[in-house]
Amino acid sequence: MKTSLKWIKTLVEGIDDITPQEYADAMTMSGSKVEFFEQLDADLDKIVIGQIDKIDKHPDADKLVVCQVNVGAESTQIVTGATNVFEGAKVPVVLDGGRVAGDHSGNTTKGGIKIKKGKLRGVESNGMLCSIEELGSNRDMYPEAPEDGIYIFGEDAPVGESAVSYLGLDDCIFEYEITSNRVDCFAVLGIAREAAATFAKPFTPPVVKDTGNDEDVNDYISVEVLNTALCPRYTARVVKNIKIGPSPEWMKERLRAHGIRPINNLVDITNYVMEEYGQPMHAYDLDTIEDRKIIVRNANAGETFVTLDGQERKLDESILMICDGKKPVGIGGIMGGENSMITDDVKTMLFEAACFDGTNIRLSAKKLGMRTEASGIFEKGLDPNNAILAMNRACELVEELGAGEVVGGAVDIYPEKKEAITLPFEPEKYNRILGTKIDKDTMLAYFKRLEIEYDDAKNELLIPTFRQDLLSYADIAEEVARFYGYDKIPTTLPDGEATTGKLSEKLSLEAVARDVAEYCGFSQAMTYSFESPKVFDKLLLAEDDPMRQTVVISNPLGEDFSIMRTSVLNGMLTSLSTNYNRRNKDVRLYELGNIYIPKALPLTELPEERMQLALGFYGEGDFFTLKGVVEEFFEKVGMDKKVKYDASADYPFLHPGRKAAIVYDGAVMGFVGEVHPLVAGNYDIKDRVYVANIDLTMVLPLVSNSRKYKGIANFPAAMRDLSMVVPRKVTAGEIEEVFDKKGGAYLESYKLFDIYEGKQVVAGFKSMAYSLVFRAQDKSLSDEDVTAATDRILKGLEGLGVKLRQ
Amino acid sequence: MKDRLQEIQKRAFSQIETAGGLDSLNEVRVSVLGKKGELTALLKGMKDVAAEERPKIGAMVNEARAKIEEKIAEAKQAMEREELERRLATETIDVTLPAKREKIGHRHPNTIALEEVEKIFIGMGYEVVEGPEVEYDYYNFEALNIPDNHPAKDEQDTFFINKDILLRTQTSSVQVHQMERGRLPIRMIAPGRVFRADEVDATHSPSFHQIEGMVIDKHITFADLKGTLSEFAKEMFGEDTKVKFRPHHFPFTEPSAEVDVSCFKCGGKGCRFCKGEGWIEILGCGQIHPHVLEMSGIDPEEYTGFAFGVGLERIALLKYEIDDMRLLYENDIRFLNQF
Repeated sequence: MKTSLKWIKTLVEGIDDITPQEYADAMTMSGSKVEFFEQLDADLDKIVIGQIDKIDKHPDADKLVVCQVNVGAESTQIVTGATNVFEGAKVPVVLDGGRVAGDHSGNTTKGGIKIKKGKLRGVESNGMLCSIEELGSNRDMYPEAPEDGIYIFGEDAPVGESAVSYLGLDDCIFEYEITSNRVDCFAVLGIAREAAATFAKPFTPPVVKDTGNDEDVNDYISVEVLNTALCPRYTARVVKNIKIGPSPEWMKERLRAHGIRPINNLVDITNYVMEEYGQPMHAYDLDTIEDRKIIVRNANAGETFVTLDGQERKLDESILMICDGKKPVGIGGIMGGENSMITDDVKTMLFEAACFDGTNIRLSAKKLGMRTEASGIFEKGLDPNNAILAMNRACELVEELGAGEVVGGAVDIYPEKKEAITLPFEPEKYNRILGTKIDKDTMLAYFKRLEIEYDDAKNELLIPTFRQDLLSYADIAEEVARFYGYDKIPTTLPDGEATTGKLSEKLSLEAVARDVAEYCGFSQAMTYSFESPKVFDKLLLAEDDPMRQTVVISNPLGEDFSIMRTSVLNGMLTSLSTNYNRRNKDVRLYELGNIYIPKALPLTELPEERMQLALGFYGEGDFFTLKGVVEEFFEKVGMDKKVKYDASADYPFLHPGRKAAIVYDGAVMGFVGEVHPLVAGNYDIKDRVYVANIDLTMVLPLVSNSRKYKGIANFPAAMRDLSMVVPRKVTAGEIEEVFDKKGGAYLESYKLFDIYEGKQVVAGFKSMAYSLVFRAQDKSLSDEDVTAATDRILKGLEGLGVKLRQ
Repeated sequence: MKDRLQEIQKRAFSQIETAGGLDSLNEVRVSVLGKKGELTALLKGMKDVAAEERPKIGAMVNEARAKIEEKIAEAKQAMEREELERRLATETIDVTLPAKREKIGHRHPNTIALEEVEKIFIGMGYEVVEGPEVEYDYYNFEALNIPDNHPAKDEQDTFFINKDILLRTQTSSVQVHQMERGRLPIRMIAPGRVFRADEVDATHSPSFHQIEGMVIDKHITFADLKGTLSEFAKEMFGEDTKVKFRPHHFPFTEPSAEVDVSCFKCGGKGCRFCKGEGWIEILGCGQIHPHVLEMSGIDPEEYTGFAFGVGLERIALLKYEIDDMRLLYENDIRFLNQF
């Protein structure tokens, strides 16, 4: 919403001295947020209306002329290259030391361009004659200005006066952010009412005179509304003997200030009333209305209609049409029809000011793909009581501007009049919500300014119908707060019962995951929750892979964002790919993010959201780097059992020989592995990539902080190194399982310290060397104790074909 | 006897002083104090001394022995010290050579900002909770006073799964879940992902984060809301931060406000950062609408509350002066490494 400050000042008494900044600040703080304001003449200075008395040729330049210009008290010499000037012309003149907003092509310069006297090809010039562009405007707003030349004023322009004021550029334009609940503020009168309340000054809206001749509008037109739910009010008046012509300067000035191009008196009146009252109006050429009848009805299925922009529109039964006795003449509240539009030779006109159901307008406009200026307003849900006020104002302007003869009376189909609602006046409640001690009379004074009446006897507030947002005591409390001043409300802290501040257990777990990942050198990535269904092919997943069962967005931004992810792998690989292809070295990333697993498809209940910790890297490190991170994490969250790795688990996106399910206490927590080179290739990575994924939803119930101190051993440890020859296929995991089973109570720990395959080892075997540590809590171990244990282990290993190295 | 003692001591002292190293010092010790040393020999000669003299002479010998031992110990310490100094002098390193660093990863700026917010509210007794990202229409809209066909529903460019299930457009949905649990009072913040159908550009993303806050108790006022958020703003943006509450409209709060803080770059004078305004809008808030409380089974006559919602990316972008939102989701390590 835009308003001109000059216009507002005509509607609020006693704010003439308020500066734009003061106005903007006060309006923002009372709820009409000023987004910005623009002083139209900020960059204009010392520009007057001058009259060219005499034009001489420039002695040394063919393309320049020398003008003697009367600028009021004196005459001054100005050299110009303009070709449209003539003796007697009244023109804008910027005097020596003045400023213009920009150049002749409409490029503006911040702060303006300073004009100084000087010599042009040797001839003195004391200023400059200006085009409309140099004044910071354009020919859209001032169509009378020449396409390429100096602006020429009308003959009655007062010489010596400010050209800026005369053109109406001495104004300041405010742009507001109006919230959707304040439909009344999409109108100059609504803003002015707020301004009056804000500054506690009288609001002086126009007093509309009665209009119309002795005739009766009902002799010209009859109106029937078949769907009053979608059209709660329809008002119509008729104007005959139309004389199309230009609007007066004051009206053009206000329209221009609001960024609306003046066209002719009829169009301008409609636009003006739209700005002033916030009520869209439509005008039909009455001579095209068959049977002199307007019928408001729903469209028929499959009906088509050509709107005034020449486009054919396909309609359905939900769309409301304005029809005459035979055919549709407009889409209600959206756009009129080509068949009934006003042309330059219109004689009689039907003015329509109606009120339509906002939701229906919004849905229809969406369906038709034509969100027009009118629909944008109607969809907010207008006050039906405003329609006739706007209609009568428009007719008053028709008479005032001499645009035609208004026929007496108005058609007004308004079966269910919207009445003002009442709310109890509850000052204590307002104070209780706000934490204030504002007295009753102060509140009532605020209400009065807002045209909310107070009925003392009933202790009730009468809410005007244009305030559709005031429905409960909380809304009234906000009105009190707005005019008391949000800034004056005290600042306190809630007292009440104490509560414990904490992270949920899940969020605490995520925090540990972040710490561990970062200490291990991984940086945090964030990727989108939705992706393309094509990722499953990139990941080489089978057609029937359960990961392909996804939650699908019905209105996605595009296929690439159309399904909710069932794995965080694609995000990770995409991020690694971005880095790889930007030649970043040794990149390690992790992400904490949900995957979305539907319980059944199509979705009838919410999918399961499972938080994943994904880790991925390329460059320095290998498979075991990631295993290390996994184990550090489990240890950190108190999962102290031995983590197992199942290499037989099937992950098509991983290297078949370098992959494992992460198994803890018999349950799969996730996977770790090298990305299959074909998959890496699908992401344009030509290096080995490693990924791990841990399902934190699985981890959460296993988290424990019940560790107890075990004491530091008092007795010495006994060490034994076992150097073994192991069949190639036997894994370290299998050997360690034997250690765990057969090692006995004294086996404290073991560590692989050498693994070798090659010349010194028989083919089909590898050499592995473990260091074993034995210790008892209550004694020094004897040689026999340790030997007994190692013998048991070796015996157990025999079953795997493992022998001690000779 | 006495003279011999003094002579031995004197000679020993001078030998100690001139000893060139630990070895020669040891030689002195052996030659004087050793089994075959001079002083030992002297003690052995005690049997020739008159019995009554023996204690006196014995004491004198012991005194001399102690002095010599002490002298040797002093000299030894000095020599060891000298030797250490010499070694240390050879071990000088160039301390300006590059550090050997463990490569610790970097946290996403969103997370850093979020953790700061969480810390502040946890300190004020708020629980940090979550709600589903794929959500029922009811929790995202209806229970928040946004019935079907409400313009606010359209404005939010919702991604729908079907007519009842959608991707939440605001973390305000978590308010409803928390109210429905029925455990009062409530002090909570709920961070999380939200989704809106905005095309990706420098200032928009179809997926971003919000932090919802809510307090419900007996006698919670708009003044409490002002106090709480002013406290938050000062903690988050600095003690000198000024806070401005402007009237605004949200369907689920009434009265509602938007909150601006004085620009933390220029302090309110106006700069490129705050677009010359001196103020930066950071959040929306208000007293929970009585109807919203009612719908979730809380009696608005007994309980009141406030709620607020902060855009996490907005805070992160402002705080770290990141000029393009896309950087947050690209995960270029050269970006992440800066935090």
